Amino acid sequence: MLLNASGCLDALTAPEVARSLDAFVTKTITPEPREGNPAVRIAETDAGMLNSIGLANPGRERFLAGTLPRLLELGIPVWVSVGGFSAAEYAETCAALEDVAAIELNLSCPNVDEVPESAAAIVAACRSATRLPLYAKLSPSAWDIAEGARAVEAAGADGLSLVNTLRGLALDPRTLRPVLARGAGGYSGPALKPVALAAVHACAAAVEIPIVGMGGVSSGLDALELIAAGASAVALGTILFSDPGAAVRIRDGLAAEAAARDLGHPLDARGLAHSSLQMSVSRLGNEMQKVPGNRPKVTA
Amino acid sequence: MRRERRKVVAAEPVGPYTLLRVERGGLEAGIPGQFFMLEAPGRVLPRPMSVCVAEGGELTFLVDPIGPGTRALCELERGDRLHLLGPLGNGFDLDVERPLLVGGGIGIAPLPYLAQCLGSAPAILGFRSEHHAEAAALLPGAEVCIEPIYVTALLPEERHDVLACGPEPMLAALRTLVPDAQLAWEAPMACGYGACYGCAVELDGELKRLCVEGPVLRAA
Repeated sequence: MLLNASGCLDALTAPEVARSLDAFVTKTITPEPREGNPAVRIAETDAGMLNSIGLANPGRERFLAGTLPRLLELGIPVWVSVGGFSAAEYAETCAALEDVAAIELNLSCPNVDEVPESAAAIVAACRSATRLPLYAKLSPSAWDIAEGARAVEAAGADGLSLVNTLRGLALDPRTLRPVLARGAGGYSGPALKPVALAAVHACAAAVEIPIVGMGGVSSGLDALELIAAGASAVALGTILFSDPGAAVRIRDGLAAEAAARDLGHPLDARGLAHSSLQMSVSRLGNEMQKVPGNRPKVTA
Repeated sequence: MRRERRKVVAAEPVGPYTLLRVERGGLEAGIPGQFFMLEAPGRVLPRPMSVCVAEGGELTFLVDPIGPGTRALCELERGDRLHLLGPLGNGFDLDVERPLLVGGGIGIAPLPYLAQCLGSAPAILGFRSEHHAEAAALLPGAEVCIEPIYVTALLPEERHDVLACGPEPMLAALRTLVPDAQLAWEAPMACGYGACYGCAVELDGELKRLCVEGPVLRAA
């Protein structure tokens, strides 16, 4: 139940790192090839890092013909991250995918300018294009992420990936100009952990579908906390850059942290961050959601 | 690629730079031009450093304290420990007939190890100031120039196999002057092993990840 966050690992360049995970998530694939943004594309900050890679990828056709068959040979479940600039583009890529374990819909890349259609509309279009499990990756920047989670669940998502990066900016202290060529970028690393915990916590109370939690995980305890907030699986992002062996270390740490709390399995911690009151409110909210026009405006 | 936690033997000033000497342990030194990701204490990301000297059971890195990560590395003391990942990337092709090493500023870092592996080779080095040029002591016998004179002014007439590392304008100039030169490029990178796509640079209209396709690339 440890994955990599999309864009944080190339399984073909580092297959041994990919094999240390329970599933490999690809970099986001778009219909057309993309070179991504110009350099400089990464910058470290005091509590994390910024990236503005910009969805660099070989495009759908080259991915399907060249990359995917080689990924499937690695012998681990492959999740394909799908991006696009319209619901139809997302759906076309989903329809073309076979034999993969799941599809993650990147509904929230902070490094492209185009405003996508609504997350629910994209999920609905993809739902009618594939039977494969669909995970919706949401941005933590939303005013009410639980609202978005309910919407993609209603549109047919099988799970959520929480969270994508936050938009951030770093300035060069000498010139006071942005470090990244593109200006702002996606902020990840340790600073993102409380943001991820809040998003997972809010969405777990709002939806029934499983959640892959990610954001600033660098230890077994970080992973256990995301599970306690409601995640069923955990993805590693920035930590893989500094420690390619992080999956092994974090899996061991997670087992030790669970055992130290008399939990038979790390997933036994799932939901422990929620009080019983909150969980009952969330169930009520879900039931009420099915009745049009009778949706609670405020949930726990 | 291996990641090991090793002990600092010494951190010695060389002009404005610091020569960080680390116990090698079971790590391979790799080919000159290859690099290691060095854990920068207290920072989120490690820093890429090419091997400067590899002898006596040590790996040595020349560090220019230009930011918080490199400053943290320069402040390490004997006995401190840090993680090293490597060797990474593609080094210089050592199968050359008439080598000439060309270095600029902190770009001289991989040249002492390169010179050691080649036996002996002439070297020309360029620096920003007399203080920076103190690092030329790492390459005894090298010809040295200081700005406003650039290393390209010291290039000999006769044909050489140029192996170079230095600032981008220097490499760009060498690319034009010596089309078959081997050039070691530099870019900010988060991982060093092809995961982050941060170090992709456009060369001849194509994006290359310097960490896995470089850092040493043929000029032409």
